[in-house]
Amino acid sequence: MEYGLDLEYSFNEFLKGFGLSSEIAHIIWLPLPMLLVLVAAVVGVLVTVWLERKISAAAQQRIGPEYAGALGVLQPIADGLKLLVKEDIIPDKADGILFTAGPILVLVPVILSWLIVPFGQNLLISNVGIGIFLWIALSSIQPIGLLMSGYASNNKYSLLGGLRAAAQSISYEIPLALSVLAVVLMTNSLSTIDIVNQQSGAGILSWNIWRQPVGFIVFWICALAECERLPFDLPEAEEELVAGYQTEYAGMKFALFYLGSYINLILSALLVSILYLGGWGFPIPVEIISKFLNLPINAPFIQVFTASIGIVMTVLKAYLLVFIAILLRWTTPRVRIDQLLDLGWKFLLPISLANLLITAGLKLAFPQFFGG
Amino acid sequence: MSIAITTQIICFTVLSLVILIGALGVVLLESIVYSAFLLGGVFMSVAGLYLLLNASFVAAAQVLVYVGAVNVLIIFAIMLVNKKEDLKPINDIKSRRIISTSICITLLSLLIRVDLTNAWSLSSPQNAIGEESTIRIGEHLFSDYLLPFEVASVLLLMAMIGAIVLARRDVMSKDISTGLPVDQELIEKSSEPLLTNKN
Repeated sequence: MEYGLDLEYSFNEFLKGFGLSSEIAHIIWLPLPMLLVLVAAVVGVLVTVWLERKISAAAQQRIGPEYAGALGVLQPIADGLKLLVKEDIIPDKADGILFTAGPILVLVPVILSWLIVPFGQNLLISNVGIGIFLWIALSSIQPIGLLMSGYASNNKYSLLGGLRAAAQSISYEIPLALSVLAVVLMTNSLSTIDIVNQQSGAGILSWNIWRQPVGFIVFWICALAECERLPFDLPEAEEELVAGYQTEYAGMKFALFYLGSYINLILSALLVSILYLGGWGFPIPVEIISKFLNLPINAPFIQVFTASIGIVMTVLKAYLLVFIAILLRWTTPRVRIDQLLDLGWKFLLPISLANLLITAGLKLAFPQFFGG
Repeated sequence: MSIAITTQIICFTVLSLVILIGALGVVLLESIVYSAFLLGGVFMSVAGLYLLLNASFVAAAQVLVYVGAVNVLIIFAIMLVNKKEDLKPINDIKSRRIISTSICITLLSLLIRVDLTNAWSLSSPQNAIGEESTIRIGEHLFSDYLLPFEVASVLLLMAMIGAIVLARRDVMSKDISTGLPVDQELIEKSSEPLLTNKN
């Protein structure tokens, strides 16, 4: 499967045309995809915030943001600018160093995880061998940041919020990892590229959601819990804890939390679409379309076409899941802490273990369907 | 010197400095919370060293296990325990300090001696495995390292049973720490649901 646009190669060749050495060209190339993904993540957050406001308004029969741009599309930018120019307050009795380091520790692992999100065969920052495992490892750093900011705020609501966040994310990480493991078992690889390629055989029919329905549901519940989205937003339950670990934060530090939670939501949606919904794959395989159009798969036109279809499909699937997450947020009540832990440990953990066992059995019994 | 090697040297220096200073901070700082957070930083830097050695799977496992589980639980425990207790003054603090310092210096000199006498010859690997290391680790775990692997799981099982016994005092007739008979009524009371049915 070594076809596809290789932007890096052509970019390096382009720079070498100006007489630069390949090492210099590589250094100039390196920050570009990172910057692109960072911009994509931030724009994704703006879109999600706008969607959240509009959909919540629709769910509550309001109009929602209206005046900033057409249909209020500029509202998130106004929100962001407001947060940027707000005064940065560190409470008098708070621990200054930890108070500042907390939000950074929450945001950085989430952004680092975008390293492995593929938008096409070659359209990702780095196809690292440990792929999806990197995301699981990085997402386990986040609770430290939450605990840190909860402790440093010197406020009982913050501390309780931080502790709840850590407890929640520890309990839901295990079923999450186990359901990822079932997919990895079928793929024989941890790399996200291989996971998508393994689902690309027969279009929509070969997506993992049909082979891993239980895993899909477990993963989605756990991803929502890791993002602290509403049925599971106990760490910032506003009726009980004011705003949890964010209570004392203002200005840009608060914005970092805000950004972090939305980037994490988009990232989770992207990963669900990669693991279970065929990633960049079109419901009908592109090979069939190109055969129908009588064009060779390596033609430049088809290459650009498949690349753009890949990006559109990945983003479309992710935003469909974001839409479901927003609907869930505005229609479901919050669970209690004992219900949350019961669900995690007594229901999701056994069910994901059983799912892993059944997947392993099916893989050995029907290797042609479940990845030999 | 190529750019890759320069980057590697810079990364190695920064990581080693963070490990050394962080580890000293873990031991020397007064505040236990700072120590716990610094410990997390040290674990992360060790993961960085593994990455430099091309062992990406081990690095990710280090982050997942040590930072994500061990360190989070340490911080969690520190924040849940809210016991303010004045430490008793130790009488013979001076002689204790002298003894511990001499032991530490002896140990350090032994390690320096080891460092200087050993050749540390690094034969560059014939075929570096890099990304294949995950598969290789799996093969080893289920063949020649099977026994240690299984024994480690027995260890975890023991820890789990211990945690259950400690958490569920009602399985014992006597309290483990004090030796007094357990007040079963108290246990019943604490396990009542938060919201009682009002019908």
